[in-house]
Amino acid sequence: MNGLRKLVDKVKPTFEKGGKLGFLHSTFDAFETFLFVPNTVTTKGAHIRDCVDLKRVMIMVVISLVPAMLFGIWNTGYQHSLAYGLDWGFWPIVGYGLVKVIPLYLVSYIVGLAIEFTSAQLRGHEVNEGYLVSGMLIPLIVPVDVPLWMLAIAVAFAVIFGKECFGGTGMNIWNPALLTRAFLFFSYPSKMSGDTVWVGGLGAGENAWCGGPVADAFSGATPLANPTMAGLADHGYSLLNMFLGTVPGSVGETSVIAILLGAIILLGTGVASWKIMLSSVIGGLAVGYLGYACGATDLPGYYQLVMGGFLFGTVFMATDPVTSAQTECGKWIYGFLVGALAVTVRIWNPGYAEGMMLAILLMNTFAPLIDHCVISCSISRRAKKVKVAK
Amino acid sequence: MKDINWKETLLNPIFKGNPITVLVLGICSSLAVTVQLKGACVMALSVIIVTGLSSFVVSLIRKSIPNRIRIIVQLVVVALMVILVDQVLKAYAYSVSKTLSVYVGLIITNCIVMGRIEAYALGNKPIPSLLDGLANGAGYGMILIIVAFFRELLGSGTLFGFRIIPEAFYTAGYMNNGLVILPPMALILLGCIVWIQRGVQKDLQEK
Repeated sequence: MNGLRKLVDKVKPTFEKGGKLGFLHSTFDAFETFLFVPNTVTTKGAHIRDCVDLKRVMIMVVISLVPAMLFGIWNTGYQHSLAYGLDWGFWPIVGYGLVKVIPLYLVSYIVGLAIEFTSAQLRGHEVNEGYLVSGMLIPLIVPVDVPLWMLAIAVAFAVIFGKECFGGTGMNIWNPALLTRAFLFFSYPSKMSGDTVWVGGLGAGENAWCGGPVADAFSGATPLANPTMAGLADHGYSLLNMFLGTVPGSVGETSVIAILLGAIILLGTGVASWKIMLSSVIGGLAVGYLGYACGATDLPGYYQLVMGGFLFGTVFMATDPVTSAQTECGKWIYGFLVGALAVTVRIWNPGYAEGMMLAILLMNTFAPLIDHCVISCSISRRAKKVKVAK
Repeated sequence: MKDINWKETLLNPIFKGNPITVLVLGICSSLAVTVQLKGACVMALSVIIVTGLSSFVVSLIRKSIPNRIRIIVQLVVVALMVILVDQVLKAYAYSVSKTLSVYVGLIITNCIVMGRIEAYALGNKPIPSLLDGLANGAGYGMILIIVAFFRELLGSGTLFGFRIIPEAFYTAGYMNNGLVILPPMALILLGCIVWIQRGVQKDLQEK
């Protein structure tokens, strides 16, 4: 570690103002603060010293995503071996998953970080680490077989128009990862929905490489494609395997257990808001049971929580501190509406099987309005109290 | 009468004072008719004719229009031009007129037409007014055609209906972008044009 510090100090002057590579200052700064806790201190006023900066907060989110990612890798291989009736052991399954998922990560990070670094450099800002989380999320919310060039375009679109246009990390209105998915969803619908995209290697021309035709009893549909009791039973999806996550779906969204592990990390470290998570679950359950009660669906409300990306969105996307509501009361409203809208779209609009993405993006748009209303309500309430006191 | 700077009158509306990217007028129709290049070209032509001729006519009668009812008079003139253009299109280019549907008729609500009449034609001689109208229509049409070029190329892989992106690309896995066909992408493309223009002409940037 000492050697590394010395090396960094040695090359530092080259990147300072007036140094040979001074124009790359942002890039250098990004790597230095990535390696070491910066030793800058506030010089004026009262302040609390803490080494938790944006990088440490972001890295907690990345860590909390690891269980979902690991499970996603395993499930990718597992679904593939299931589809082709292969009797694979643990390692071939994980191997296949890695082959499929690693390229997604490479594309997501290379494209996203290249744009982040370039724009920070152009503006002379520090490189922000917001993209570490977005880049980690993106491969987890797309179908595993999405073509890499599409992913690259979508990432570029989301980072440029969703984030850098608004001023970079912390200024964006919408969650960049969800924007990536929304772009893919509306641009290339045939690669984002249907029965063949959710399981790796189902595309034409890949059969020879994998050996053998698709098993007879196999269907690549996600639970959300058949959201009825009979439909789920037809495909062999029970509450248990939807809870465990051994069903087709976007890479990281299937396993409730892995997502709950992530949620525990996020809540334990205080990074994400428990109010948003709880109210989103309440909203989802409420509308889920409402639909059940009026006969729009024959699935009890709790099924909505374990199917598809509901929980993943609730835990990792809706709680994004930048795009969610900021006021404490606003968080309850925001979370509730995210959950309620997501399930509403699922039950009453068969055109969009997965309502979570649209629900979160919509509520991202309205989060500032919610905050505004909450704040002006509270101001007028206090003003009334003052009048009474007089 | 003051001297007219002809070059300024003609070129200003196309670049520095472009009705879409600088004055931000006529946004609706530029989102609606830019899916296909052909429709956009016809629309551009129609708007050029309408803005030019109605500015000309209003300028001819500008001294006899009572100030209090001038908007109504202008509307009558514009409506006349729009109906003329619409009828000509229906007679000679029926299929295009079908695809443009209601948007030809809606040229009357295009703010550029009324805006130029109010701002220019009411206070200038007929010939400069005609040129000003034509140039503003051209500035509008230019943006329309740029947007439509990208939307048709990326959304359908064609230009004027001819296939541009070779079949080999599609077999290799290339796909048309469905989002470009939808209106939101037209707005984003417009935003990009505004972005580029303000990057080049720094004096347009707001503080």
